[in-house]
Amino acid sequence: MSDLRDLYQELIVDHYRRPHNFGPLAGANRHAEGFNPLCGDHLSLSLKVVDGVIEEARFEGAGCAISTASASLMTDALKGRTEAEAEALFAVFHALVTSEDGLPADAPLGKLAVLAGVREFPTRVKCATLAWHTLLAALHQDGQPVSTE
Amino acid sequence: MNAVVKQEAVRPDTLSAPEVARWRQDFPILQQTVHGKPLVYLDNAATTQKPLAVIEAEARYYREYNANVHRGVHTLSQRATDAFEAARDTVRRFINAARREEIVFVRGTTEAINLVATSFGQRLRRGDEILITEMEHHSNIVPWQLLCERSGATLRVAPIDDAGELRLDEFARLLGPATRLVAVTQLSNALGTVNPVRQLIELAHAAGAVVLVDGAQAVAHLPVDVQALGSDFYAFSGHKLYGPTGIGVLYGKAALLESMPPYQGGGDMIRQVTFTRTTYNDLPYKFEAGTPNIAGVIGLGAAIDYVNTVGLPAIAAHEQALLDYATAEAAQIPGLRLIGTARDKASILAFTLEGVHPHDVGTILDLEGVAVRAGHHCAMPVMAHFGVPATARASFALYNTAEDVATLLRAIRKAREVFG
Ligand SMILES: Cc1ncc(COP(=O)(O)O)c(C=O)c1O
Repeated sequence: MSDLRDLYQELIVDHYRRPHNFGPLAGANRHAEGFNPLCGDHLSLSLKVVDGVIEEARFEGAGCAISTASASLMTDALKGRTEAEAEALFAVFHALVTSEDGLPADAPLGKLAVLAGVREFPTRVKCATLAWHTLLAALHQDGQPVSTE
Repeated sequence: MNAVVKQEAVRPDTLSAPEVARWRQDFPILQQTVHGKPLVYLDNAATTQKPLAVIEAEARYYREYNANVHRGVHTLSQRATDAFEAARDTVRRFINAARREEIVFVRGTTEAINLVATSFGQRLRRGDEILITEMEHHSNIVPWQLLCERSGATLRVAPIDDAGELRLDEFARLLGPATRLVAVTQLSNALGTVNPVRQLIELAHAAGAVVLVDGAQAVAHLPVDVQALGSDFYAFSGHKLYGPTGIGVLYGKAALLESMPPYQGGGDMIRQVTFTRTTYNDLPYKFEAGTPNIAGVIGLGAAIDYVNTVGLPAIAAHEQALLDYATAEAAQIPGLRLIGTARDKASILAFTLEGVHPHDVGTILDLEGVAVRAGHHCAMPVMAHFGVPATARASFALYNTAEDVATLLRAIRKAREVFG
């Protein structure tokens, strides 16, 4: 049985109500759009990458608590990471919200771990990963909007 | 987190009618828990649950007389054909069609509308117009857009007001000599609005247009008489009427159906096939190519028998009492905004909650055992009109109780608390 607070932890609610890194990014050189057609969520992600390092990450859009908090926490976590590190983090995060047995305690997740509760809610995994799929699109910069469907 | 939970108002006693407890016994699926809470199923506009009578009618067909219809001389085939055609008569009586030939079995409302758009649509030309409304389900928008692309016809959209009612003045203004077809829902799945379809049909007919009524939501909540309405086409799905998925009905006036080309080609829809010339079967078989959903048709017949036994007037009165109660109580919840406040409404309570995304409302309610729909309800233009990306929607059926509504209201208050 899953509990409400396993999913909606205080930290998630805080990031939903006051998202970090929310708004346009001047001088961005990477950009991607993400959509979840199921619920109409839309997210636009901008990065400033200098010498392979993500210096700034900001997002805009409208989404549910899970997708907004995930984008907020993700943009916090990206700053100062190389592109390769960011991609590696995507894989770790994806495992966090989808794998049956969870992750080793020493997985380098920091505050992102607060989203582990999503694992118990298969219908909400797409909400948590929308920002991350948009990140991959921005890093690969193929210009195609990503969709969770 | 210790907000005082307002005491729920005294519930009207019509709501605790002893019949409802009896009706609930007919739906085995309701006797379960979800996340440890008794299931409160309020997603009936998406699909209703099925009574035992329907489940058993389908099972009996497969267990006792499964055979193809209209093509066997053997006993089982005859039994299957008899049951299949008996269901057609049941549907005819249910919507009071003049003739059984006017009842065409299809997969659902969506296929019924596509059939009309494809077949009737062949007579449309550049300069012709199709009129729909802003509150239509995507399945009563997209087939017409496709038809407009093919034919060069133009799609016109009659707007709604901020209560979610159709603007009759605009509807009348948009009708004209170029209007060939009007397609309108009888009951909006996103708003609960009941349209004055009889009046709309009169206006459309005066302009010389043919009318299709989308009855997907209406048939389970309002008695429908296609002759009294004067509707040229009427479409509905079995699964929103306590019947199986994958089966639905297109009603069409016989003269219209006669004048239309076939929709799909194949077995059953032909009279004679040679490589130089094929002649088509009579109505309704001309529009029923291939082996049909026999079990679905039989299940639909059983669903209509069930609804008739309970009685649509009793169902409608019960649901209206639930809706009135839910509406009055929901209005007391801070930050709750009702989407759809038409004067004539049925069975649907759609809302947004300030500071809580509908998707989160849906998850929190689910954890309380309450099943609602969160999303755009296949009516993105309606969402755009109200400036929301999505809504949460509770929709009622005959087996819902006042207790279900009270649980819903408690769960909504809980969602408010989580997001403080
Ligand atoms: C008003 C309305 N029209 C059409 C449809 C489409 O019905 P179906 O998916 O059964 O074809 C629905 C179902 O969601 C509906 O609510």
